[in-house]
Amino acid sequence: MRPTDELTAAERRELIASMRPEDAEGVPALGELDVPAALREQIETAMARYPQLRSAAIPALWAVQRHYGWCTPQGVREAAAVMGVTPAYLEAVATFYDLIATSPIGRHRILVCHNISCWMNGADELLGAFCDAAGADRDDADQHGASSADGEFFVKGFECLGACDIAPMASIDQRYYGPLEAADAVAAIEALRDGEEPLSDKALALRPAAGGPDPSATERAPDAEGHDA
Amino acid sequence: MPETRVLFRDIDAPGLATIQGYRDRGGYGALKRALHELEPDELLSSLEDSGLRGRGGAGFSMGKKGSFLPRGEMEKYLCCNADESEPGAFKDRELMQKNPHQLIEGCAIASLAVGATYAFVFIRGEYWEIADILDRAVGEAYDAGYLGADILDTGVRVELIVHRGAGAYICGEETALLDALEGKRGNPRLKPPFPAIQGLYGGPTLINNVETLSNVPHIVNNGADWFKGFGSEQSTGTKVVSVSGCVQRPGNYEIELGIPSREIIYGLAGGPPKGRRVKAWFPGGSSAPVLTEADLDLPYTFEDLAKAGSMLGSGSIIVADDTISIPELALRTARFYHHESCGKCTPCREGTNWTTKMLDRVVRGEATPMDLEIIAGVQEKIIGHCLCVLGDSMAMPVGSMVAKFRDEFEATIEAAREAGHGALDHSPLDRPLTTGAQAA
Ligand SMILES: Cc1cc2nc3c(=O)[nH]c(=O)nc-3n(C[C@H](O)[C@H](O)[C@H](O)COP(=O)(O)O)c2cc1C
Ligand code: SF4
Ligand code: FES
Repeated sequence: MRPTDELTAAERRELIASMRPEDAEGVPALGELDVPAALREQIETAMARYPQLRSAAIPALWAVQRHYGWCTPQGVREAAAVMGVTPAYLEAVATFYDLIATSPIGRHRILVCHNISCWMNGADELLGAFCDAAGADRDDADQHGASSADGEFFVKGFECLGACDIAPMASIDQRYYGPLEAADAVAAIEALRDGEEPLSDKALALRPAAGGPDPSATERAPDAEGHDA
Repeated sequence: MPETRVLFRDIDAPGLATIQGYRDRGGYGALKRALHELEPDELLSSLEDSGLRGRGGAGFSMGKKGSFLPRGEMEKYLCCNADESEPGAFKDRELMQKNPHQLIEGCAIASLAVGATYAFVFIRGEYWEIADILDRAVGEAYDAGYLGADILDTGVRVELIVHRGAGAYICGEETALLDALEGKRGNPRLKPPFPAIQGLYGGPTLINNVETLSNVPHIVNNGADWFKGFGSEQSTGTKVVSVSGCVQRPGNYEIELGIPSREIIYGLAGGPPKGRRVKAWFPGGSSAPVLTEADLDLPYTFEDLAKAGSMLGSGSIIVADDTISIPELALRTARFYHHESCGKCTPCREGTNWTTKMLDRVVRGEATPMDLEIIAGVQEKIIGHCLCVLGDSMAMPVGSMVAKFRDEFEATIEAAREAGHGALDHSPLDRPLTTGAQAA
């Protein structure tokens, strides 16, 4: 017997609700929630950008995460109400992605790459140094990420961040830094505690191309036709 | 041998990332040409003639893929794949950071060529600061009339949206990218239908990599023959190669396709530190079967690397020198794919899981040489049996490591056992198994 043969839609919903009530919730009514104006505006702006509004799911989750620090059940309900989808739908999207937090995590986010090139250049030691400096559990950090007891830091061993040229490296509050040594981890945590930008001299943003501005390199490249000036 | 810089021309010149800096170097001239002097079909055939092959992994002809989209009035889409999450790859990052308008112009021209009104750049969420740069550049391009409802007063509409992902390697797979962009979990779709026929929102969609699209303005400016003047017959043009791992000068180097791999690894990237040798190298990201020191003189082309049993892929070289343990390298590699498997297909979900566990046993001295047969067998059972090639992307490099470095695997097992770690006091099956989807 299949449940769909025997049960009406209402009965099925009841069954689901008896197992996990939040999965059975329909689209929350916008009027019944007190959605913060700034959050609502960000989500609506995102919805307006796309040909189909569901494409705003990830932007909406980012907005919730910025607003509340993580994707709180309440925040997800609010986003669902604005988008006109069920909270369960958005939650299913949220749990698919590594950067969306569905439980509370520390305020400053430190992702330490532990993939091949970084590992070959000392990533394990670097991750350990960040954990020690921040007070986060080393084993948990390498698995699912770990927060410090004071709630200031979240440290996670992450897959390749696309910056193997600065291995071993870390992303700190969405900026890339490397190559890093254990001492840099200590300095970064201190700077973050003091409310300063960490490791500004090791920011990826400042790094020139590996081959340098070598003029002999450009010799063989042709001129683009200058149609415009 | 120096670099051959086309995409990387003036890469660190101040102001290149601004619209003025880009225009000072002739930027957006190609878009004007494409709007005023060329028909969409001419654009496509010129791209096809140039021999430009996709730079994101599969190496398919860009012009040909574009010509698969149906003609006529309908909503069509362009998706630029800027997910760049394969271990070893970081070229798109530098291209977008330092020359965002080159990509925007490429997207606009490609949209004209296939008749797309919406173009999306799907950028991995980790590249937040790069996405900010792109957003700023896109704003400039809108203000200057290169994007929007009526570009350069020609009545042509091209909207460009930068879409930030949220951390999942699988979203780089083209159909998973489409689902993610539609606001769903990023699971791959069954093909066919291919995206060129039924892609984003069910409409015909062209999907290309950042580097592929960044080449487009140069081909429009200089012609297909000029482009073919670089590289080999089957691998035309230049390639931005990301080199990392055990090399002294890691980074992105733009080379003419066809130069010896040794020139890239030693000449440009400086090779391993003094006194060490290349032991194994991935020629095309962590999904490519590894090659050894004996292969260093292979010309760096799609065809030569394929002939050698590997692939050029995304064009990312990872070098492991003689201080690196290959079984541990295999374990790191497998662990990545295990973590990123979306869990939809059994051979991939379970195969990546078991391979990781068994390699862990090898490294910890709990395996027997017979386990190596099992590991090799698991890889064979994954290849070709899944919805997408993520499973294969683990099976190929891991399989190649076990095949080419079998002695080292056996020695590792033996050494760890002799050191006394290896007492098999329990069956591995006594341990709890993790099953089920490992979504992110
Ligand atoms: C698991 C997986 C991950 C992929 N990741 C990327 C990626 O990050 N960037 C990319 O351009 N292509 C990636 N690809 C390849 C795309 O599916 C697609 O072939 C490519 O974007 C097409 O563009 P191209 O023809 O310009 O190379 C990936 C493929 C697979 C199977
Ligand atoms: S091969 Fe792996 S990643 Fe690809 S669809 Fe199947 S389970 Fe998902
Ligand atoms: S391996 Fe660390 S950034 Fe790629």
